[in-house]
Amino acid sequence: MPLELLFGGDLQFLMDLKMDLEERLRAETWVKPSSANDLPRNVPPDRQTPFPNFASQKNQHKWEDQDPSISNYGMRIEPPFSEFNRPSECQPSLHGNSTSQYRGVQMNDMLQLGKTQEWDPKATLNNLSFLEQKIHQLQDLVHVIVGRKGPVLGRPDELVAQQQQLITADLTSIIIQLISTAGSLLPSVKNSLNSASTPPVRQLGQLGGILNNQGSGISLNSNLMLPSQGGSKVPDQSNQVDPMGHSGTDNMEDHESKDDEDGDEGENLPPGSFEILQLEKEEILAPHTHFCTICGKGFKRDANLRMHMRGHGDEYKTAAALAKPQKEAGSEMMLIKRYSCPYAGCKRNKDHRRFQPLKTILCVKNHYKRTHCDKSYTCSRCNTKKFSVIADLKTHEKHCGKDKWLCSCGTTFSRKDKLFGHITLFQGHTPAIPLDENKGATGPSLLEEHNEDTSKVGDVSFSFGSGTPSSGGVQNIMEDVKGNVDDPSSFFSPLNFDASNFGGFNEFARSAFDDSEGALSFLLQASCNYSQKNGGQSSSNNLE
Amino acid sequence: MKKLKNVEEEEGHHQPDPFDGLTEEIIHLILDHLGDDDPLARKSFSLACKSFLSAESRHRRSLRPLSSDLLPSVPRRYPYISRLDLSLCPRVDDGMLTSLSRSWSTTLRSVDLSRSRFFSHVGLSSLAANCAGLVEIDLSNATELTDAAAAAIAEARNLERLRMGRCKLITDMGVGCIAVGCRKLTLLCLKWCLRVSDLGVGLIAMKCADIRSLDLSYLPITEKSLQPVLKLQNLEELILEGCPGICDDGLATLKESGLSLKVLNLSNCQNVSQVGLSSLTSEAQCLQQLILSYGSPVTADLGKCLHKFSSLQVVRLDGCMVTCPGMKAMVNWGARLKELSLSKCLGVTDDCLSFLVQTQRELRKLDITCCRKITYASINSITSSCSSLCSLRMELCTLVSRDAYLLIGRRCQNLEELDLTDNDIDDEVLMSISRCSKLRILKLGVCSKITDDGLKHIGRHCLNLIELDLYRSMGITDAGIAEIALGCPALEMINMAYNEDVTDVALISLSKCPRLKAVEIRGCPYVSSIGLSAIARGCRRLTLLDIKKCYNINDNGMLSLAQFSPNLRQINLSYCSVTDVGLLALASIKCLQNMTILHVAGLTQSGLAAALLACRCLMKVKLHASFKSSLPESLISYIEARGCIFQWRDKVCQVEMDPKGWKLHLSKSP
Repeated sequence: MPLELLFGGDLQFLMDLKMDLEERLRAETWVKPSSANDLPRNVPPDRQTPFPNFASQKNQHKWEDQDPSISNYGMRIEPPFSEFNRPSECQPSLHGNSTSQYRGVQMNDMLQLGKTQEWDPKATLNNLSFLEQKIHQLQDLVHVIVGRKGPVLGRPDELVAQQQQLITADLTSIIIQLISTAGSLLPSVKNSLNSASTPPVRQLGQLGGILNNQGSGISLNSNLMLPSQGGSKVPDQSNQVDPMGHSGTDNMEDHESKDDEDGDEGENLPPGSFEILQLEKEEILAPHTHFCTICGKGFKRDANLRMHMRGHGDEYKTAAALAKPQKEAGSEMMLIKRYSCPYAGCKRNKDHRRFQPLKTILCVKNHYKRTHCDKSYTCSRCNTKKFSVIADLKTHEKHCGKDKWLCSCGTTFSRKDKLFGHITLFQGHTPAIPLDENKGATGPSLLEEHNEDTSKVGDVSFSFGSGTPSSGGVQNIMEDVKGNVDDPSSFFSPLNFDASNFGGFNEFARSAFDDSEGALSFLLQASCNYSQKNGGQSSSNNLE
Repeated sequence: MKKLKNVEEEEGHHQPDPFDGLTEEIIHLILDHLGDDDPLARKSFSLACKSFLSAESRHRRSLRPLSSDLLPSVPRRYPYISRLDLSLCPRVDDGMLTSLSRSWSTTLRSVDLSRSRFFSHVGLSSLAANCAGLVEIDLSNATELTDAAAAAIAEARNLERLRMGRCKLITDMGVGCIAVGCRKLTLLCLKWCLRVSDLGVGLIAMKCADIRSLDLSYLPITEKSLQPVLKLQNLEELILEGCPGICDDGLATLKESGLSLKVLNLSNCQNVSQVGLSSLTSEAQCLQQLILSYGSPVTADLGKCLHKFSSLQVVRLDGCMVTCPGMKAMVNWGARLKELSLSKCLGVTDDCLSFLVQTQRELRKLDITCCRKITYASINSITSSCSSLCSLRMELCTLVSRDAYLLIGRRCQNLEELDLTDNDIDDEVLMSISRCSKLRILKLGVCSKITDDGLKHIGRHCLNLIELDLYRSMGITDAGIAEIALGCPALEMINMAYNEDVTDVALISLSKCPRLKAVEIRGCPYVSSIGLSAIARGCRRLTLLDIKKCYNINDNGMLSLAQFSPNLRQINLSYCSVTDVGLLALASIKCLQNMTILHVAGLTQSGLAAALLACRCLMKVKLHASFKSSLPESLISYIEARGCIFQWRDKVCQVEMDPKGWKLHLSKSP
């Protein structure tokens, strides 16, 4: 099984890469005619132009530092491509959002498994530490690929795999959506993929070790999450932005994050009966998981993204494009998945002695925010309660001030049983009964005003984090980045990516992708830009 | 009394008060012995002379005003009232409560507001604030009261007994206030306080350690609150009627059990079987009363479970499914039962009942109403074993043969109460029963075979008879009633409904029973105003009168009632030939509280309106729905504001005498 999965990852990666290269080529040089000629024009100019400037100044030296190892990657990209042209295998896996998400997660897991099986724990630990630098690495990697700074030595196999994984994170989704848009007609690719994934896992594991030695580790598992984030993206031809999209996602958040990470408390899965996946902090804190490949707008829900995509052209209005992605037929065959919190020492961390896994990604997100993040949302009514999950704040605000369970000592309680426990405990305290009913009538309206205010504040702060990259936003991010140079992940900013040297990349890519179609290449560029932006958002969110 | 009165009248003018020699102490001692059995005795005493009047005023501690209108003036006359019963005052508003509580602030100990309305937490808080010595309050049926009222009650720190049945708006919060405020509570009734849950009850148990009696009937509580309740050291009476939240599984989790419990009522708790019962009472050695009516079936396990209660005296299993093994398991039981109730129990057979009663020879009260399977054998063993039986209720034991009833008269001569309604008895049985000379209550309803001959024996031998029920015993005529009236001077209640052969003659003879309080002659068409007038003249204590369908009773009867029956409280005069005049006369009876006036043809709306206005003490009036529209709305609301409740009925007028074919039914039945 791990074999297949990884294989699937390879394929996707290959496709992604191919498209990426070709599209970049197209975007810059307009050389190749294609069936989707008009696409590049739709790329917003403000997203193309500003970035290269930044990147060229800021990140150039970094690439140079890491030149030798990175150039390896470039070399290693080629072999898998030969296997790429097997559409029948690729397409089914690209059914849609949920599927791809699954796959991403699973791949992530597979890598971990591979590591733990093949390598000693120290190496694993090192790898984990490298994971934190993955964004940095991804930048470098892409730059290397693009720039092709010369021939590569070392271990080609591992590097290829590494590259695959890293880039796949950004690019897989484009292919997925492309193919699923074409009509998710084909049977599940999973089975066919499943047959050949063990060797790559090994390779990856070795790679981890190598990276460790080199001091420039790349987090494997964390990046693997990215395909799932981008999994539902459908390439779009128009650049139109759905004006409703953003507010819609904000509204959605309430529902999304209500699930409690403690829901699995009573679960008693025997160890080994489930896979343990671990996301990186940045992924956990990323505000959106679904991104428009055309305009880069982020969404919390695939459904919202699909609605948004309609604005990008008629082909996204077809029933197939709008349909809810079906789960893979073979999904029940998979192992149960459980999640680990990346925070070392946390009970939800898989290294904890009495590890209690988290059930879903949503649980991970809420758990991480609640437990390991600052409580930045303060209730504006009571000015005392603080929350790290905005939905918690909203829930609290719904009831804040309505604590009608009042003791004669002035203490209020949100629950009657708590009040009665208090009264039982303290001599002379008695339930306080409001004599004036009218007082209560005027209260709520005031409270509601407060409520609106605070929710606005919340929205604002949130939308800042998830805002579409504009020059201002970018600037902001940059400042943040500067302030946190210590954190390698903070280098993962859109600027770097866009600074990539398309020309160089094209040269490299052409050798491998000569036979590919032009349409893919266009899409590739979009994916590069926007998935990169996603990363930037996530990092900026971190820094808030 | 009369003598004293006469003496005073004769000598009053010439000499100083002859009662000067009687110190107030002596008069109070006399008064102490007055009025326990007869409320009118004090009244006549106080009417003797001014000094007696004032002495009685100063002596009186307990008061039950007949009307709300009297309330403002009573504190002046009776300065030392400690027990105030306002159950006849439907309207008691906050101002009234405030002024009363100020007047009796030092003396008042007990207030009954169970039938009063129109007061709120304001009045209650002034009551609690002014009367620091308040020990008992009955707030039952105060369905409008909210938690604020409970908080006001909580200010009465010395409160010991609090009844709040049907205070449906009171929640845990209010009960919590009471729990914290009234720490001395010994009795608390929260029956039907549907909004009170585990939290409130639990807090009561935590805070009020002196509670002896706790009524939690029909509350949505579970074992969670029973845990602290059972920890109460002094708890003697626990009533958990109709608590669906209490179940065996929950009770099994209890760590405590009622140690001092004497009375336990688990009736209507369908989810509690002997398992729950034993976990509830595992340490209750002194349990005396156990009421499991309408609960789980009486099985052998339950029977065995009862064995550990050696001091049990009263067991009620009404409406339970009784099994033979269950009854037999109770047989070798150490307890000496005094009272056993098996009314409406399915499955009671001769076999098991005989077994049981043979071991319970000290049984004093037995209720086997509607045990339709028992026969002669059961009665035989009951009468032979339980010679000290004083109450036997066996309505509708259809299979019991006539001969069995003869045994009752022969063997159970201590009987004071006997209910033979709807059984197969005849005059010979009555003759046998007449040996039970202590009989006080005899119910012979729907016994069509009995005649005047049988009744004659009763009248001659049962001199203590207080209550006689002859409902639809159609063989009875004036002669039989005359024998009763002659032989039973203590008679207080008689029911002769639907005995068509009863006429004015019977009523005239009954008028010789001065204690008669309740007369039901519904559906006796030959009774007229003459008979009724005789009753009114002779029976000055008449309080309840049902003359529905006595078509021949007219205004004359009403005039007599108005003149001679000042104590009449309740009357049903549907279908009578009464007109506005009669009703207006009736309305002059000061303490008339309850009227049912349906299908009275001679009544006009203006007459009715005038009568309603005149009856200042009315609490409930049942009228035909047609009046609702014809009476002025303002009048209705005014009457309602005085505390009267209207019940509008839309029944069709029944002209025929026997619309349900009772005669047919009775002649068919064996």
